[in-house]
Amino acid sequence: MDSLLQFLFSGLTVGAVYALVALGFTIIYNASDVVNFAQGEFVMLGGMITVFAHEAGIPLPLAALLAVVLTAAIGVALNKLAIEPARGAPVVSIIIITIGASIFIRGASQLIFDKQLHRLPSFSGDAPIRIGGATILPQSLWVIGGALIVFVALWLFFTRTLTGKAVLATANNRLAAQLVGINTRAIMTLSFALSAAIGALAGVLATPITLVSYDVGVALALKGFAAAMLGGMGNPKGALVGGLLLGLFEALTAGYLSSQYKEAVAFIVILAVLFAMPQGLFGAKSTERV
Amino acid sequence: MLQVSGLRSAYGRIEVLHDIDLTVGAGEIVTLVGANGAGKTTLLKCLSGTQPVTGGTVQFEGADITGLAAHKRPGLGLAQSPEGRQIFTSLSVAENLRLGAYNFKDARVASDIDEAYAMFPILKEKRNLPAGGLSGGQQQMLAMARALMARPKCLLLDEPSMGLAPIIVQQIFDVIVSLKARGVTVFLVEQNAYGALRIADRGYVMETGRITIEGRAAELLADPRIREAYLGV
Repeated sequence: MDSLLQFLFSGLTVGAVYALVALGFTIIYNASDVVNFAQGEFVMLGGMITVFAHEAGIPLPLAALLAVVLTAAIGVALNKLAIEPARGAPVVSIIIITIGASIFIRGASQLIFDKQLHRLPSFSGDAPIRIGGATILPQSLWVIGGALIVFVALWLFFTRTLTGKAVLATANNRLAAQLVGINTRAIMTLSFALSAAIGALAGVLATPITLVSYDVGVALALKGFAAAMLGGMGNPKGALVGGLLLGLFEALTAGYLSSQYKEAVAFIVILAVLFAMPQGLFGAKSTERV
Repeated sequence: MLQVSGLRSAYGRIEVLHDIDLTVGAGEIVTLVGANGAGKTTLLKCLSGTQPVTGGTVQFEGADITGLAAHKRPGLGLAQSPEGRQIFTSLSVAENLRLGAYNFKDARVASDIDEAYAMFPILKEKRNLPAGGLSGGQQQMLAMARALMARPKCLLLDEPSMGLAPIIVQQIFDVIVSLKARGVTVFLVEQNAYGALRIADRGYVMETGRITIEGRAAELLADPRIREAYLGV
């Protein structure tokens, strides 16, 4: 029983990271129907920039803020330099561009930073908190809390603000969005900035637990993608639930089967979702009259 | 209100609009009729800024808007209900209307939405449903109502009667006439030449990218060339 609780805690922690990556996917997908596979690199950049800024003597909160802002700027640059010039290309081509961009960012990071594993000090110390018969690290609460706050903020953004609806409108019908006065290029810029900032935040929060190196982005992008697919691509609620569920599946698999099978969970989830319910748990079934 | 001079537009190297001149005066209903493929929709896209112009100018209220970005035009008072309705299918009816007033954040938005519901009661009934589930006629009503949310001085309508039952077409045309009474200038592009000319003040006939006939709507209705080619009598 105690071990189950322990698995649940570690699953929720990892799941919260996946949820943050999936939320990043959600925004860009909502604005453009594109799955941005460079999303994992934003997480890596968030972690790496914070580490190096902190080592250079900048206080941790400031270093984290710097990382989020810089990564958002890199997200905007990705849109301006790689995505926008390909506007009008099929969605699949643009997705492949994002894969290329992720390889580029990874290579550049390897040169600019280094190939070592880095960690950050925990925000609130390393003394484990005992709950029931299990323990949870204070940093885990930071990660889970961060995912919940970002989720609520995004949910309010998409359902309660005109700008959020403009993002949805741009994805649904770009021509019509322009005709009602929406600056669709600005909306795309905003989406990439927001998405990159959320990715970077995930990197900042998770680095004290999971460590960071130039190549952590690939696995995170895949896990985040699996989480978003499980929850239903494009739905913030789906991203959160999908992320947490995937984290729990992984932790339980590692705990009760073997940690060797842990990495396979995400892929099994992708396959199962595609076979059984391609729209995911919360994805809208599209019904359109023509 | 709207003045088009020497307008040209091309798809790639093929020019589809040749030297178009037309004017729409304040408070008028002006219609542009012509067969499928004559270039009517391309002309409207030039007016809304979603189709590049290769020559000539478009002036709105005396200001040159030829190269102005599409998303800046509704703010000037030039709104379009596009061909094929182009509603936001995944958003609700109410959200579609709210987005129509994207440039506005004042209290009048809510009263404008009520006014749209009064004009098209069926939209009120379906206000919380995804717009993609509406019937063709309801989608057309939504597209027009959404364009009106921008508080246009001049409304561009592209084929509002296309594919609709006669009774719905009549309802839509009645609304267009009521817009004139509210002081909205209307530029109506239609294949349904008879219906359009009956409610319009003036009309233009377009054939293969050129304006071939123009005049008062009543005269055009009586013109033997038009009666034969477009009215089927």
